[in-house]
This record gives sequence, structure tokens and C-alpha cells, in this order.
Amino acid sequence: MKRVAALVAALALIGVTAWLVWPSAPEVRGQDQRITVVDGPDDDQRVELDTTFFPPPDGGKAPAVLLAHGFGGSKQSMRDQAVRLAQQGYAVLTWSARGFGRSTGQIALNSPDYEVKDVKQLIDWLAKRPEVRLDASGDPRVGIAGGSYGGAIALMTAAYDHRVDAIVPQITWSDLADALFPNAAAQPSGASTTAAQSPGAGTAAQPSGASPAARPSSAAVQSDDEAAMSGVFKRMWAGIFFGQGVSLDATSLLSRRETAAGPVTVEQARCGRFRPEICDIYQRVAETGRATPEAVELLRKSSPITVAAQIKAPTLLIQGQRDSLFPLGHADANARAIAAQGTPVSLAWFDGGHDGGNGETDWLFDQSVAWFARYLKGEGAGQAGTPVSAFTVTRDGGRDPGTRQRIRLHPEAASYPGLAGTATTSVRLNGPEQNIVNPPGGAPASVSTVPGLGGLLGGQNTGGVSIDMPGQSAAFESAPLTAPLQLTGSPTVRVRVTGEGEATLFAKLYDVADDTQLPTLPAGLVAPVRVTIPEDAGSAEATISLPAVDHRFAVGHRLRLVVTTTDMGFATPAQPAAYQVALASPAVTIPTVSTLAAAPTGVAWWVWAMPLAAVLLAAVLLSTGRSRRRPVLTTAGQGGAAPSATPDAPLAAPALNGTPQDASASSAKHDANADATNGATGSFPTNGAAYDADAGSGAGHDGTARPGGGDANGGHADVTADDGRADGGRGADGDAGHGDGAGAGSTSNGVGGDGWSEAGAGIGGGSGVAAVAGGGVRGGAVRFEEAAGDGAGVPLEISGLTKAYRNGELAVNDLSFRVERGQVLGLLGPNGAGKTTTMRMMMGLIHPDAGEIRIFGERVSPGAPVLSRLGSFVEGPGFLPHLSGRDNIELYWAATGRPKADAHFEEALEIAGLGKALERAVRTYSQGMRQRLAIAQAMLGLPDLLVLDEPTNGLDPPQIREMREVLKRYARDGRTVIVSSHMLAEVEQTCSHVVVMRRGRLVSAGPVSRLLGSAAAVRNGHGPRLEDVFLDLIGDKP
Amino acid sequence: MTTATGYAPNRTLPLRVEFVRQFKRRRTLGMFALLLALPWVLVIAFQIGPQSSSQGQSALRMSDLATQSGLNFAAFVLSVSASFLLVVAVALFCGDTVASEANWSSLRYLLAAPIPRDRLLRQKLIVALGYSAAAVIVLPLMGLLAGTLAFGWDDITVPGTGETIPAFDVLPRFGIVIGYALVSQLVVAALAFLISTMTDSPLGAVGGAVGLWIVCTILQAVEALGVLREFLPTFWNNAWTDALVPELDWSGMAKGASVSVTYAAILIAIAFRRFRRKDVTS
Repeated sequence: MKRVAALVAALALIGVTAWLVWPSAPEVRGQDQRITVVDGPDDDQRVELDTTFFPPPDGGKAPAVLLAHGFGGSKQSMRDQAVRLAQQGYAVLTWSARGFGRSTGQIALNSPDYEVKDVKQLIDWLAKRPEVRLDASGDPRVGIAGGSYGGAIALMTAAYDHRVDAIVPQITWSDLADALFPNAAAQPSGASTTAAQSPGAGTAAQPSGASPAARPSSAAVQSDDEAAMSGVFKRMWAGIFFGQGVSLDATSLLSRRETAAGPVTVEQARCGRFRPEICDIYQRVAETGRATPEAVELLRKSSPITVAAQIKAPTLLIQGQRDSLFPLGHADANARAIAAQGTPVSLAWFDGGHDGGNGETDWLFDQSVAWFARYLKGEGAGQAGTPVSAFTVTRDGGRDPGTRQRIRLHPEAASYPGLAGTATTSVRLNGPEQNIVNPPGGAPASVSTVPGLGGLLGGQNTGGVSIDMPGQSAAFESAPLTAPLQLTGSPTVRVRVTGEGEATLFAKLYDVADDTQLPTLPAGLVAPVRVTIPEDAGSAEATISLPAVDHRFAVGHRLRLVVTTTDMGFATPAQPAAYQVALASPAVTIPTVSTLAAAPTGVAWWVWAMPLAAVLLAAVLLSTGRSRRRPVLTTAGQGGAAPSATPDAPLAAPALNGTPQDASASSAKHDANADATNGATGSFPTNGAAYDADAGSGAGHDGTARPGGGDANGGHADVTADDGRADGGRGADGDAGHGDGAGAGSTSNGVGGDGWSEAGAGIGGGSGVAAVAGGGVRGGAVRFEEAAGDGAGVPLEISGLTKAYRNGELAVNDLSFRVERGQVLGLLGPNGAGKTTTMRMMMGLIHPDAGEIRIFGERVSPGAPVLSRLGSFVEGPGFLPHLSGRDNIELYWAATGRPKADAHFEEALEIAGLGKALERAVRTYSQGMRQRLAIAQAMLGLPDLLVLDEPTNGLDPPQIREMREVLKRYARDGRTVIVSSHMLAEVEQTCSHVVVMRRGRLVSAGPVSRLLGSAAAVRNGHGPRLEDVFLDLIGDKP
Repeated sequence: MTTATGYAPNRTLPLRVEFVRQFKRRRTLGMFALLLALPWVLVIAFQIGPQSSSQGQSALRMSDLATQSGLNFAAFVLSVSASFLLVVAVALFCGDTVASEANWSSLRYLLAAPIPRDRLLRQKLIVALGYSAAAVIVLPLMGLLAGTLAFGWDDITVPGTGETIPAFDVLPRFGIVIGYALVSQLVVAALAFLISTMTDSPLGAVGGAVGLWIVCTILQAVEALGVLREFLPTFWNNAWTDALVPELDWSGMAKGASVSVTYAAILIAIAFRRFRRKDVTS
């Protein structure tokens, strides 16, 4: 218990210490700062930007990072991220862009004339800060990160200011015109142009000659003016976008409410904080649902794609897979344009975006930090691989079985394959030409994603609510897949549309599991197309680039292409119209990226390694712990000088009546001892080992007894003496009578047969019993030598048995005695003498610390087969209380596995004498009944050696008497019985021999009659009772 | 002759004998009575409780679907009992086995019979695991019976998504569920068994095992432990729900079985090793 308490205390201490000294994240303090910048086409407009600067908490000069907020946000929305980033050792500056938060000015949509100029001046400001590391004078080491609106300013600034060293734009656009007026169709001929033109060609805002970046024909983004002109207006997103800018002062959807000073004018109510030209254009466009050249020109000015070729800063583009505003195609366009100039670019498609998803905040942060660590701090630059792979896709890893949460995997590829994938798979679609109509007014409209609400309506893994209105949609379906298909990129399909004029259609690719489940629209994305049908042809073919997604079609699932005439998120024509839609080529081309396929989806190594290791460990545990052999003692026990003292022999031996053969044996022993003496005298005091001490015991006797004669120091009454201790200890504790007697005995040993008379004389008042004991020593040694010859027949032989309690106190101390066949041996001793412990060791329940027990010559160990010849009843009965007496007895016998016929149930149960009570549950028994049943159980199979501990406890006098007869009769048949008891009168009547123990040591041993007789001799015919002798022996006599 | 006639160490304590010795115990019978009655109690509770009209609504929790079919009901019964009731049952059968013998003092007579210590533990462990397995198996089977009688035989509706799996497709899956439940309870069994060899108090063994289980469950809720939680024995306890989704997912159950077998092997080895050297003083 103490150890447990100490362990708990130690653990608690360690825990508290660890908690106290655990390094906590350094504290970061932001410094609010208003920075005045000058911008405008003519550099004449003063704007006050509301900023917060977070110096690196460790001091020193650190790289700087500008954190830009999203549309509708302010510097406050970046605060948490800024603090985390500063803790990573950066100087971080957040600001509210012009027109947002507490900054002045109007929103110019990341225009190079306005916002870009602002940020350039923020970089100037950073260059003057003492905390910021400089590359050159006025050129700080700086990176920019931000999402959406903030991502675009990162790209734009990097293009216009080459002091920027790394950027991490997230969920942002490449071409704002395309984002708001997308058209996913490419028509080989006719009014629409191809998608292979260089981006931004002929755009007025382009500051220098754009180097043409090749773009794939299948790209979802068409960036030329005419494509945007024919694009389908993304009505709802545009409305939300604009509405946020207008209503920024009143209620902001994405950020905390912040109020600007001043009353609201009509102009403010109409345009909010937008610049007037943006406001005008939006209102015109939203009314018609068609792009105008001015609108396209204006939006292009704010589009990174026009200037992406100038970006020299390594760029990590993070784009959301669930984003109907800026779908993956925008990151693709940016990546291609930037990479074309040799600038390092990485892409990540994460589970998030403007439509919701998980967001993966921590993962994005880790990726951003890794990117900045590499390109701002220069960490890992020398290493072979980049910390951020060129292309990473977040995939659904199923549900974590422990937390039941969705888990995400991040397979990586070393190069970015583009939306066309590294390979393509053609999946055949079936379906006839179908008639669809555009309803008047465009209502009711099909639903794919509801902007701003997508995350709320849809589940995380489903495509959200997707409804196609009947009559408005044509469906083409594949056969069930025979193998899983992992789509990564933008699938393409060719359709033929028959009708008149210009068809506004929406194409989506569903994942259909079976009839019972709703089809899934991956990421809830839809490809809007505008197909111009030449008047003379009556029909037109178009290649539709379906939305870029990463989606796994499982085996048995089908692909379904649906073409509808309406979608809630887009502006559709109000005039009713009818079209026929058919597949121009009967297959959809599915891009796949095999380099990503090797995702770490396999079983974790520990799943099989751990049980294997555990089984090995278990085997080791079991094989090393097989047994506790103590080889030291066995040979000593068998040796000539072994201390075994059998109780009967000494008393039959010559001490008083000197039987010849015993006398001769005695002299033999004497010789042996003398030899030992001669050999061992010199070395004796250093003898530490128990059994060597026994061998030297004789030496000790001689040595102390000879000079001292009757000296009390001859403390060797103990049958098996430990001289090293006895010499000092015994003499000191004043156990004089005892010790003297023993000494006398020993002395007599030394001087041969004559010694007895000397002993008597020498000790004077010494106890006669002690003399007997001394004789025991001698005789015991003699008998042992005989026993060594006769081998296995001895029912019980204990030698040098020692057992210590856990606290070190000896429960049994160097005990040796021996029981012969046919004896009823009484084991006597006061409480704590070690009787029960000895019996437990006989049963193999307790391991001796030293010495051994042999039953019929076999050494006793736990479960030793020889124990089957031992019947035992120790420390009370042990029965299953819920079973009847008979069941208990029978099941116990069955548990021994021995034949039923050998059990002798009837004899045993007769001894128990329970009668009908035998059929009752044992829990109803009285103490005496249980006692009798237990003795009966011990006698089952009539064992050759019966060990009974206090058998008469709880029995009434007639039963005691009966028990006495039973035991006597039992032994008479050649079996052996060992009984421990406190009831000395009982022992006197039952037992033939007695062993007396005290404090774990053997005090006396011999036939009862001898014990009594010797006492009588000393006391001159007082008619002693065993009780007197016993009390005398254990030294408790008053 | 060093042994009594007819004695052979490998014939001691036959499984049948140990099975009978344990069977008539009140705790055995009581636990099985409870396990067999629980599904019926739940059926009655569903019948008399206010009928929710939420069928087909978005809340597709396992408890809402319990009345859909017998299979759903059986899954529900298993889900409500796997985290605690079955743990207690298994801890009872395995934790009680040696400790109660020690408590009754009958252990020393068995050992002196003599039944070799390893064999005693082995036979007792086998019987205890047998009873535990019976407990884990009997509960969902009775749930299936009660649920089928009360709510009819129908396809299973998957919680969360509301998808359905045909009844006959899901029956083998049910076998997987029960098999996994068995494996995942192996930790409790081993833990209880180990404590059982160390103490004389049967309640201590059962309580100790359940207590440690509860501590693990609490630790599991500490998200800060991150991936370490995967190695808690309780972490994968509900992974069997992966067998009742349209696409069978083995990964969680594989991890759970791995963790479970690992702990069980080590704990049982320690139990044997300790008991082999132990001084039996009870």
C-alpha cells in the first residue's frame, strides 16, 4: 500500500513539475497603428489604414508576413492567425483594406491603382521596422498570406512589387470576370472562341507585355474577353459579394460589426463603400445578366491572371474543393501562369472553400508556415524535398472509428498535373436525345449549390441539396462501374444542342449509388455553358469542361450527366425556349492522377506489428518466469553434514537408554562432526551461507563448548543451528536453560558416548527437555545419514526450511524434521510459530526462501505431482458456497482428474457425517459441518499423507473423540497423519509423535511418550501433562 | 511411485468441471438473466414510450431507428450495452474467476489437489472467456429475436445517412459485429483476469477492471492526447458500426482488434507469470 501511495505521489509530482516547466507559447502583443498611404491613379488620394503589428515575441530581426483579410472582413478577423504566426517567429502585420473596417477609402477590388499601392507602402513601412529582417535597404524579407479577397491582393502585390518573397493565396480568383461570368463550353466553330488564347491579351490594365501562358483547352476558365462576354452571370454570388460591400457598415456577414463615422448618404446607401465606377457597373450588369466590355475590363484589372507572369515570389496556392465562387479552375489558371515563368508553385486542394466544407484551419496553417519557413526563413531549402508537395489533395479518409469524426487524408504528388490529369478514362454514357425547356422567367430553377448556405444545407461528404426540375433536364447515364474510379480534375463531355439562338445550359456530373439513395453531386458544382447555335445549322456541338473536383466513384456506382436549363445560382434567360440535347460523343472523359493514387490509405504498420510484438513479449514473459529454482540447497540437504533431525529417532536413541545400534550411529555422527570441526574451525566465522553454517555447526559446538563447559554461550539448542548468529544472540537473550542444554548436547557430541553424563553435570540446573533436544540434534544427524540411503519412502522430510515474511521477519527459520510412515504427528506451537506457513509450504502454496520439503522423496514445488498423495485441510474449509456439500466433494474430486472409483466417497462422507445436509448448499452449513466436510475432502482418495490444521476446531466433544479414532485408525494402515492443534490434551491422546515449534524454529521433536517421560525424569514423577511440557518448551511458563 | 494412482496433471480440472462449478453461481445466472431480459425491457420501453413521429426526418440516430426493424433494434441494443453493460459482464466473468476461489479458500485445495498453476489458470481463463463470449453473443441475438417479433423483419437502415442495406446482406455483417465485439472485450477480460490473480476480493477484480476501463474512457475524451488515444483500449470500442455501413470498412476494426489483442496478450502473460510465482496465502 505504501508503495502504491508513493508511486501515486511520485507521478503527481512529475505531472505538476512537467506542467509548471512545460514551455508555454511566447506571448504576442499587437501594436495598433494607423498608417497613412497615398494611392490612386495619380497618387493623390490619402487613405488611413488601420493596422496591427505583431513583433516577433523572441525579439531580434525576423521575416515579416502580411496577413490580408477576406471580403467583408477586417484586420480583426486575422488576429488569431496573426498571433499564431508571430509565435512561429515572424513579424506579422494585419490591416484592414481600404473600404473595410476602420480604414478609410473605398473598395476598388484589389486594383493596382489602389489596394496594390497601399500594400506596397505597407511593405515600405515594414522595411523601417527594427524587428524586420531586411534583404536590402528598403527591402524587407516579407511574405503575404490571405484568403479570397486577401489572396488576390497577395497575388497582385507579388506581381507589382518584387520585394515580396513568398505568398500563400487561398481560395482566391485568377480572373474575376470569369468567376462572375463563367462559360464552361468550348465550341469548335461559331461565335465562341477557343480557349487557347493568351490570358488577358489586349487588356488595357496590363502593365507590360504579357507573356502568353499556354492554357489547356479543357480548362474550366476561359479568360478572354469574349468568353466572359458570353458567360453566364453568377447572379447570387455576385449579389452577395456586392451586397457585403454595400452593407458593410450595417451588418457584415463575415466579420464583426464595425461602424464608420458619418451619416449614410443616398450614394452610400446605393454603393456602400464601393468605388462609384464599380458600383455603376455592377448595377448595370446585375440588371441584364450579361457582361459588358467595360465590366470585363474593370474586373480584369483586378485579376491576377493578367499579371501572373510577373510573379517571382514562390507561391503556394490553396484552393477549396467546395467552392462554387472560385472553383479549382482558378487556382489551376494561376498556377500555370506563374509556373510558366519558372517561379516555384505548389497547389493544395483542401476540404473547404466558399461553400463550406471542413475548412481544415490547422492543416492550412501548417502548410502556410511550412511554405514561409522554406522561403522566408530559408529552412529546408538545402534538403532534397520541399516540405510542401507540388500538389496535395485532401481526400475523405472515412470515419475515424474511435471518435466517429470524419478524417482526411492528404495524398501528395511531386508535380502538378493540371486539370486534365496524368491519364484519362473514358466512361460510356447512354441516353437518347432529350427535349428540355427553359421555363418562362427561369423559374422554378434547379438547385445545385446555394451560395453562402452550401455549408449549412449540405452534409460534409455529400454534394449538398441538388434538385433538377422535371422537364428541364436531360440525363445520360453510364453502366455500373466495375472498378472504382478516382476523378481528379475536370471531366469533359461533348454534347449537341439543337434549337434556336443561344442556349444557356448547366451541366453536372452525378455519382449515382443505387435507386434507394439520392444521387450525389460532387462538391455541389455545376458547369454553366452558353452554346451559340448558328442560325443555319439548327444545332451546335460543344465541349463542356465539367467542374474540377476530386471524387471517388465506388464500384457499382454509375455516372450520370445531367444537362438542365436553369440553376438557382445563375441568371438565366426569361424567355421560354425548347432544346434537344444529345451526346455528340457517347463518353465522358474522366481525368485521373495516378501519382496521387499511392495515398497512405494502407493499414498502419502497427496494426499487425503490435499484436505480433505483444505475443512475442508474452512468450518471453511466460518462458522466463517458469519457476524459481534454488539450487543452492539441494546438495547441502543431501550431504553428510545435513541438519535433518527426525523426531522419533533421537528419543528412541541413546540419550537415556542407549540402544546399541543408535550408539554406533551416534559415534558415526560424531566422527562426521569431528571431521567437519577439524576442517572448518578456522574458516567458520566467515561462513555466511545457511547450509555451510550447518556444516560448520558441529564446529561451532565444539569450539564454544570445549573451553566454556557450561557456558551459556553454547547457544545450539536449535536443531539446525546457525552458529554465526547463535553465538552472540543466544547468549544475550538470556535463554539460558535452553541454550545450556543444547550446549551440553553438543559437547557430548564432541566427546563421544560418554558425553551425556558430562552434559548432565555440566549444566547443573539445565532443563532435561533441553537435553533431549540436544540429543535430538545428534540423533537427527544420525538418522539422516540412514535416510539418505532409504530414499523415497519417507512420507515427509523437511530440511533447512526458511520462509520470511515480506518485512523480513522469519516465519519459518531453518526448520528440519522428518515424519515416518504410520505416525500421527502433532505439530505444536504458539500462534505465529510458523505451523500453518509450514503446512502451506507442504502443499506447494508458498515458495520456501531456503530449504526444501520432500514428500515421499519428491521435492515439493507448486503443483508437484506428488501432491496428489497428500490430503490437506489447512486454515479452514474452502468450498463453493452455492453448491451442495456433495457437489462440492464430487466436483473437487473431478477437478483432480482421477478416477471416480479411487475417491472412496462413501468412507469420506461417513467421516463427515452430514447426513441429509449433504444435499444442501454449503452456505447454509454451520462451522462444524464445513469443518467435517473439509476433512472428508482431505481424505478423498485416502491419501498416503494427511495434513490437518486444527481439525477439531468447531467440533463437539463426541465428534472430537470420533475424529481422534479416525485419525489413529488412518495411520494404523501405514499412512501418515500430521495434525496441528492448540488442544494439547487432544494431541496427547491422538498423536504418536510431536514437533514443537516456536518463532519459526523447531524446539523439540519426538514421540509423545518420550517427551512426557523425559519431563517426568527431570521433575521426578510429577505426572506431567503435555501442556506443562509445551509451555516449558516455548518458554512461556511463569 | 511418486503420484497417486490415476493422477495425471493434464487431466486435472476438466473444462466441464470448471464450467459446472461456475454455472450454478447466482452471478452467472443473474447476469445472463439480465442480458436476456434487456432487449425485452427495451422493446417495452419503445412500445409504451410516446410514439415519435420523426420517421424520415433528418435525425437518423441509432436510437431513432431502433424500431425500424429487428436488425436495427439488435444493433441498437448492442450499441447501448457495448460500452458498459457488456464490459461489466465480461469483467464479472473473468475478474471473478480466480479471486472468488481465493475468497472461498477453495483455491488452495485446488492447487494442492494438485492442479498445476498454469493449467488452473488456463482452464479457468477458457471457461471465463466462454461465458464472456456467450454473454456478448446472447445479447444481440436476443435483441434480434425480440426486435423481429416486435418490429418485424426488414432491411437495416443505416444511422446517419439513412441508407438501407438488405436484411440478408447484413446478416453476415452481424456476425462480424459480434465477432468484433468479442475481440474488443478481450482487453477487459484480460485486465479483469490479471487483477483476479492478484487479489482475494472478487469485487475488487471486477471493480478494478471496470474502473480502469472508465479511466480509459475519460482519457479518450481528452482530445489533446491526439493520436495517443488510438492506443487506449477503449478507443475503438464502437468501430463495429463500420460493419453496418453500405461499404464495409475494416480499418477501424483492424486497429481495434490489434490494440485489443496486444493488451490482452501482455496482460494474460503477466497474469500467468505472476500467478506462477505467487505465494497463495488466501
